[in-house]
Amino acid sequence: MTGQAALFEFLCRMGDNTLILGHRVGEWCGHAPVLEEDIALANTALDLIGQTQMWLGLAGEVEAQGRSADDLAMLRDVWDFRNLLLVEQPNGDFGQTMMRQYLFDSWHLLMLRALEGSSDDRVAAIAAKSVKEVSYHVERSGDTVIGLGDGTSESHRRMQAALDLLWPYVGEMFADDAVSAEMATAGIAPEPSSLRPAYDETVGALMAEATLVLPDSRFAHTGGKTGTRHTEHLGHLLTQMQWLQRAYPGATW
Amino acid sequence: MSAPNSAYPDTPEAGKPKRHEWPLWEVFIRGQHGMSHRHVGSLHAPDAEMAVKNARDVYTRRNEGVSIWVVEARHIAASSPSDKGPLYEPSESKVYRHPTFFDIPDDVGAM
Repeated sequence: MTGQAALFEFLCRMGDNTLILGHRVGEWCGHAPVLEEDIALANTALDLIGQTQMWLGLAGEVEAQGRSADDLAMLRDVWDFRNLLLVEQPNGDFGQTMMRQYLFDSWHLLMLRALEGSSDDRVAAIAAKSVKEVSYHVERSGDTVIGLGDGTSESHRRMQAALDLLWPYVGEMFADDAVSAEMATAGIAPEPSSLRPAYDETVGALMAEATLVLPDSRFAHTGGKTGTRHTEHLGHLLTQMQWLQRAYPGATW
Repeated sequence: MSAPNSAYPDTPEAGKPKRHEWPLWEVFIRGQHGMSHRHVGSLHAPDAEMAVKNARDVYTRRNEGVSIWVVEARHIAASSPSDKGPLYEPSESKVYRHPTFFDIPDDVGAM
């Protein structure tokens, strides 16, 4: 794999994560349990979509095939997406959504902080802009996980169930492969596995505060960021997200 | 636990049924160019920390502020509308209290 091809893959991974999670979180718009959370979730979704424009915009530039961020988002099918399996998982109840958000945000913040020192100035610039938004995301999702985990017996039960359900999707965030090796050698991005100790420390401490028990297993579903084995949920999500371009190809306004 | 049941000022808490709602908070924001915090509205939140976060999300989406204060609405003591006469009318006839009889130099700035 050439350096440019690996960089394109890496940028799609970053952009597809924020795109798919942004869409998922946006599904709550008008449905959240309270008005304040509804607005907060929509803000988070918009932050993520904004970051997507930067990541996929740069991906299109690097690919040099004339594809824009919109083209990459709306005209690819399931097997071309490079997002983590975690972010395509359904929202479930509010607690499950916030658990997914916290597990992702914690990784996202570590990754972006590392990318601020990227050898590629364009990557470093996107990371520097995103890191402020994501610092807030993780503060908010973390507080909510603590509040609900250490809340009523009902909320505690739901949060523990969400953690048990989503934990097997955490490992993929730290899986190294040929793309990440290329990025690490070029000094563009860290090896994902290098972020794991810091992740385990922060997430472990927060879960303890939330009185939640981390599952005693490192089993990890994989295949999202390589595009080889997405879960069945991504295809359904795309039928919603890409509906307009599928029904009216090339439509603009 | 002495958690407040009432989100409104002047409402006694004792003997009230437990409210299954978050308390009400009043939000004050200092704008980019403002000099003091101004009341912008209210919201519900389980505690002060989340009230600040909710205020950030609800009231500063368009770059409105550089500082947020929140206070639980039940802690605000308010004047009574029926006391309007004795409270405010006496000052109506005292124009000499307005600083309109002085020329304020432009370079003094905002007073």
